[in-house]
Amino acid sequence: MNAARQYIELYESHVEAICRHGSPVMNALREQAFSDFKRMGFPTPKHEKYKYTDVETLFSPDYGLNINRLSIPVNPYEVFKCDVPNMSTALHFVINDTYLPARPVPLPDGVIAGSLRDNAEKVREYYGCIAHTSSDAIVALNTMLAQDGFLLYVPKGVVVDCPLQLVNILRADVDFMVNRRMLVVLEEGAQARLLVCDHAMNDVHFMATQVAEVFAGRDSVFEFCEFEENHEQTVRFSNLFVRQEGNSQVRLNGVTLHNGVTRNTIEVALVGRGASLDVGGIAIADGREHIDNNIFVNHQVPDCVSHELFKYVLDNEAVGAFAGKVCVSHGAQHTEARQTNKNLCATKGARMFTQPQLEIYADDVKCSHGASVGQLDEAALFYMQQRGISRDEARMLLMFAFVNEVIDLIPMDALRDRLHLLIEKRFRGELNACTDSARHYQGALSPDNGETERGLQELKSRQAKRKGQAGLDYAKARKELQELKCQGCNICRQ
Amino acid sequence: MQDGANNLHSDESNQYVRQLANEKYKYGFTTDVHTDIIPKGLNEDIIRLISEKKQEPKWLLEFRLKAYNHWLTLQMPQWAHLNIPPIDYQAISYYADPTRKKEGPQSLDEVDPELIKTFNKLGIPLHEQRQLTGMAVDAVMDSVSVKTTFRDTLLEKGIIFCSFSEAVREHPDLVKKYLGSVVGYRDNFFAALNSAVFSDGSFVYIPKGVRCPMELSTYFRINAANIGQFERTLIVADDDSYVSYLEGCTAPQRDENQLHAAIVEIVVHDRAEVKYSTVQNWYPGDAEGKGGVYNFVTKRGHCKGMDSKLSWTQVETGSAITWKYPSCILSGDNSTAEFYSVAVTNNYQQADTGTKMIHLGRNTRSTIVSKGISAGHSQNSYRGLVKVSERADNARNHSQCDSLLLGSDCGAHTFPYMDIHNDTAVVEHEATTSKISEDQLFYCNQRGITTEDAVGLIVNGYAKEVINKLPMEFAVEAQKLLAVSLEGTVG
Repeated sequence: MNAARQYIELYESHVEAICRHGSPVMNALREQAFSDFKRMGFPTPKHEKYKYTDVETLFSPDYGLNINRLSIPVNPYEVFKCDVPNMSTALHFVINDTYLPARPVPLPDGVIAGSLRDNAEKVREYYGCIAHTSSDAIVALNTMLAQDGFLLYVPKGVVVDCPLQLVNILRADVDFMVNRRMLVVLEEGAQARLLVCDHAMNDVHFMATQVAEVFAGRDSVFEFCEFEENHEQTVRFSNLFVRQEGNSQVRLNGVTLHNGVTRNTIEVALVGRGASLDVGGIAIADGREHIDNNIFVNHQVPDCVSHELFKYVLDNEAVGAFAGKVCVSHGAQHTEARQTNKNLCATKGARMFTQPQLEIYADDVKCSHGASVGQLDEAALFYMQQRGISRDEARMLLMFAFVNEVIDLIPMDALRDRLHLLIEKRFRGELNACTDSARHYQGALSPDNGETERGLQELKSRQAKRKGQAGLDYAKARKELQELKCQGCNICRQ
Repeated sequence: MQDGANNLHSDESNQYVRQLANEKYKYGFTTDVHTDIIPKGLNEDIIRLISEKKQEPKWLLEFRLKAYNHWLTLQMPQWAHLNIPPIDYQAISYYADPTRKKEGPQSLDEVDPELIKTFNKLGIPLHEQRQLTGMAVDAVMDSVSVKTTFRDTLLEKGIIFCSFSEAVREHPDLVKKYLGSVVGYRDNFFAALNSAVFSDGSFVYIPKGVRCPMELSTYFRINAANIGQFERTLIVADDDSYVSYLEGCTAPQRDENQLHAAIVEIVVHDRAEVKYSTVQNWYPGDAEGKGGVYNFVTKRGHCKGMDSKLSWTQVETGSAITWKYPSCILSGDNSTAEFYSVAVTNNYQQADTGTKMIHLGRNTRSTIVSKGISAGHSQNSYRGLVKVSERADNARNHSQCDSLLLGSDCGAHTFPYMDIHNDTAVVEHEATTSKISEDQLFYCNQRGITTEDAVGLIVNGYAKEVINKLPMEFAVEAQKLLAVSLEGTVG
């Protein structure tokens, strides 16, 4: 309860400042959220839903908060470039929890992609409508503290061809807490694709809570891919709520490549006949990383389809947890629900907890779930070794093949190709390509800006650690950084 | 054409459903026998009274009181997927003795003929000479063991098979050594309650190297009203021994709910094997969900020795509410455990049942096969845990949980937990949920099999994997029971 107390006191003493920088729509829910949070406090491991993630301890440190919305000195639109080849996206940034005005990218009429705070009036009836504060303390905490976030609104019948990309950057000099929102509204027949990337830049402790609400109207199509590339000192609590109307199609993909502690909660309500849902997830963890995915799919009406596929690869002392529950309500006949969770524990210290659950109240349904925990096939390893492939390489190939099944579900070709490369690099223990983005970031900033360098140095020392060359000192890293040159991208050429 | 055919099937199956629904619970009668019942309520004096009636040694009374004081600190568990109406523990009588004698009867002549008639009616012969099934029976009614057959034959081989009360008197060292060693009184709410007030039950000890020549069996019968049955079974299989143990149970048809909270503890030593089978047929309540037995049981086996083996098989058709998780602790290296279960719920029955496989030793293996069948307005849940500890290298588990739904108002749920702390473990879990398809029924009909036979055929085929694990006599009974327990077969 002590951890909760500091947030209660924080809110009580700063409620005016928080409201001043939020919009009336967001402010309207704060008091209710606050009373819910005060009532519940943080969940303990005795809560079935948070059995494997110790929320109280994670929220205990004294994090800094940017309640007064101090301005951020960089403009990432000028310095950041996501270098996924052959993929052009409409790029948007949320630095910590503040949306940065975008470069104008031509979007179809009526589409809003921008700050949630500034456009909240337009989506008044949606905000907080499915992310209920009464049942989850972290949603309540986020609702009472969040001041901004990202909004995507696609009006009736509009198809957004160009994928949208949202980059969440965590950047601070002190241990820092971020509470951001995301709201996606697709009206009837609308179609959109959204790619979200999480990056932590600085070598400090970050705590990020995110509440995302997705409303998929009748016949709408929404593809969502979330990509986490943080560092070991990041804690991420993400709550994603989806409501699907009739014949809507939603695909959710989550990829956790690097993280500290991650808890992803996904709740999908299928409320219209003929809705279909695909959820894919990859988690690759080593060191002491902790990944907890909690998925709840609620089939409320007949004729809906849901598929879930989650794969984990755990190394060192990593902890993985998966809890998936499919609930088929009374009368939701002709439901098809499939849930699969497969896990590879590569070392002795790695731990995996999995709970694939079914709760079914209708008889004419096809529901199945499967879960497995195991290792790489010794026979396959031996086969490859016989043919001159080193054991490490063979292991890598098998692990890659293992997660590839999930990557193949991602509909954006360019992104899929890039993920293949990133995951291969990840298994090789190399710096992954998103660091290239950070290089651009570095190159465009004045050399005195130590912040980014520290972030880079952190990334490099992690690489060193992974290669077993611990002790790479800061000076050496700095020197390397100076020599670091971009391989001729558009930004540097300019 | 197709539609017409389907409608025809539905009509036929409806008729079959009605017919089945009218089947009365066969064992719902009561026996009119004088029963010595102690006053209702639960407090230290009651526990002292039970202990005194059973002429127990002081250490056992202390064990009971410790358990009672711990129970007072506990609350009813809420985590199960069950809707349990509040239970007034002060409104239950905790000891009822239908034998009217202070000590258990020594020979058949001394047993009340009414009791013998009752057990005959239940198909449990208490006469050894008339015994055809090659099975030794310990018959327990309410709180007291009525009769244990074939004791002398078994004793020749050194096997101890007697009621728990006798074991406390005659083999106190063994009882003291093993009582509470697998299910401690602190284990859970109902285990604490049972440890405080348990009355009778069976005790089995198989000495080193002995293969028990016949099936051992305990038959539990609740007779008196407003009582709870709290029995305890303790089975110890010493090195290189083998025993197959069966358990059956029934209760009269009553409008009020009766509580049954038992503990079964099994200790399996080096290279020994224990097979424990249950056909649970407590009164399930009527079609409106009125009455029935609350079956809250803690069963656990400890595969203590190397290469030991424990197998649980259960056919659960009765009880208004079932809360039961026969578990295995695999601490001996190379030990093996199995859990085979068929759970049928109908009308307003609720079942939350499954198993726990705790892998502690190296090269341990476990198999779980669970088949749930739900019909009517019932709720049937599988809940299981597979845990592989850090030092349990090369542990292997395969779990298969299938649910069959008969009717659109029932529920089938699966809650498996897998906690894996070792990289050499291979653990798999699969589950499916389905109904009897029209195609299957139509196929059978085409070949001249009536709908009722087809449904029976399909359900029996579905449960066969489990029923095959039961000893012969039980398998036949279980198959019949399955047919009777099912009401809704409409796809």
